[in-house]
Amino acid sequence: MSEASTSTGNGDAKQLLLAVNNIEVIYDHVILVLKGVSLEVPEGGIVALLGANGAGKTTTLKAVSNLLGAERGDVTKGNILYKGEEVQNLDPNQLVKRGVIQVMEGRHCFEHLTVEENLLTGAYTRRSGINDSLELVYSYFPRLKDRRTSLAGYISGGEQQMCAIGRALMSNPSTMLLDEPSMGLAPQLVEEIFERVKKLNEEQGVSILLAEQNTNMALKYAHYGYILESGRVVMDGDAKDLAENEDVKEFYLGISSEGRRSFRDVKHYKRRKRWLA
Amino acid sequence: MTAEASTAGEAGARSPLSGLTGKWWFWAAVIVAVFAIVGLDVWGLDEDAENHKAILSFLGDGLVGFLKAVTEPVALFWLKLGFAIETSMTGLLVGVLYSLVALGFVLIYKASGMFNYSQGVMVLFAALTFVGLTEYGIPVILALVMAVGVMILFAIVVEFLILRHLVNQEQIILFMATIGLAFFLEGFGDTIWGSNVKKIPLDLPSGAMDWLTIGDWNVQVQWLDISAAATGAVMVVALAVFFNKTRIGRALRAVADDHQAALSVGINLRTIWIIVWSVAGIVALFAGIVWGAPSGVQFSLSLIALKALPVLLIGGFESIPGAIVAGLIVGFGEKIAEVSWGDSLGGGIENWFAFMLAMVFLVIRPQGLFGEKIIERV
Repeated sequence: MSEASTSTGNGDAKQLLLAVNNIEVIYDHVILVLKGVSLEVPEGGIVALLGANGAGKTTTLKAVSNLLGAERGDVTKGNILYKGEEVQNLDPNQLVKRGVIQVMEGRHCFEHLTVEENLLTGAYTRRSGINDSLELVYSYFPRLKDRRTSLAGYISGGEQQMCAIGRALMSNPSTMLLDEPSMGLAPQLVEEIFERVKKLNEEQGVSILLAEQNTNMALKYAHYGYILESGRVVMDGDAKDLAENEDVKEFYLGISSEGRRSFRDVKHYKRRKRWLA
Repeated sequence: MTAEASTAGEAGARSPLSGLTGKWWFWAAVIVAVFAIVGLDVWGLDEDAENHKAILSFLGDGLVGFLKAVTEPVALFWLKLGFAIETSMTGLLVGVLYSLVALGFVLIYKASGMFNYSQGVMVLFAALTFVGLTEYGIPVILALVMAVGVMILFAIVVEFLILRHLVNQEQIILFMATIGLAFFLEGFGDTIWGSNVKKIPLDLPSGAMDWLTIGDWNVQVQWLDISAAATGAVMVVALAVFFNKTRIGRALRAVADDHQAALSVGINLRTIWIIVWSVAGIVALFAGIVWGAPSGVQFSLSLIALKALPVLLIGGFESIPGAIVAGLIVGFGEKIAEVSWGDSLGGGIENWFAFMLAMVFLVIRPQGLFGEKIIERV
């Protein structure tokens, strides 16, 4: 199954869920952040969006979920197709109704609401089946059930991340945009969160677009990966291939096999980064 | 030893006053002294006047005399128990109305982080609309429904023309927008309904109820106060239920907590803003009617918003229970203060007592009594 879904990019329209075509994003009419980003998420896939700070990962996700409007950002070129339909002009709530929901960076739980109220808020766009969803979320994250009456502001960081993911799950999504779920969490907890996300993907068929700085962890769970740099996609490929790639290893995983290297033969994207070595 | 000596040496070298200029109590003393000297000059002329007993006794008997002058009237006041209860009741009932006005502010502040300067004018406008409609011969109930409709329409227009264009702007810009809105609404209401004083055509029960008798004092409560307070109480309870038990109420609280996250889970901010402004408009309508009932609907009604400010400062800007409790405290407190110290300070305490109290709160507890618990964790 995962074998099939990783073979993207060959124009298999049936499997294609989300396609971002060459988008350009400008904030406040002047700040150019994305300079033509294209990516594809197949149905049932986990796609990782990797890159350093300020590369444009969050902006890409927000362009898809259209949270850009609230930050005075605008998609000025290109288009975004979800199930074949152009969605870049839809409001976030319409996107949520169509099954695209974002879990924002830094968790963003409603601090003065209880955990359960947080989850129920996630079902705002739905009228029925809410209790079943609640049980589903609790089955994936039993810790949330224990803390259901606590204010979300007082639970631990890991629990908040679970709460945020659970809240998104309450909208019964088909695609989840996860922004930096590992942020500020202990490695063990990160592993746990990723395990749950993978389980969600496999059991509930939720497709995942994941923005991560933790390249190692992201490539371990993703099927396919894109590497962003300065608002452009500089590399993409199957997660396995990316993890094996010498450049990725050196610049994103911190593993160098050859010791000191000459930069004379370095041709592409990393040239301006030579001071890192 | 050497350290001590050197400090002493330094202090000796400087002017003896220089150490004092940094002390707050020094300046307080200077100010009091200046006031005392000026005061003696002015008040010395009418030493017999009862009005300035407290100040004169402070100068005469020192601190003990001052404390006595402050506390004595309060004690005497409570000795007349019947009168005290009556005054307290009046104060509390007025307090409910303060709460009602303050609630309008809290609602909008919570949902959009906006301090709505135009809330006072909204009270006036809503009441004017209601009264104006009845003057055209529309039955009271229908006029009430229509006035509610007008306030909802107003909310939609405000969202369409103002709020949606100011997404993610600085708070001060939002504030300025509401100032503009206030002036517009004031003129608009004036143009449509005229500026003459209008009487509320409701047959609110008038007169006073004999409540109980203590000693030889018949405790009376005004029916008007009671019905106003009852309206306020119903309003407050309804709002509390709405906020805590309904889906929309939960969404409102979510928006108040985190706009971005609310947006991300599919809550439509525009809908929420319209709802909140409508609710604030309806609250304003009821506040306008109950405030306007005794003395008619007129421009001064928009100034009761000023009275809501200290209530907000004391209760906390984001707290609905805070607005209620603080309203009661202010209503109660200012009546007691007026009756106790009004004579010795020359009267009119009622007008500034609330602000004084708010000032004290600002110093001791800036977030207000029930201000949002600031949750900080990393």
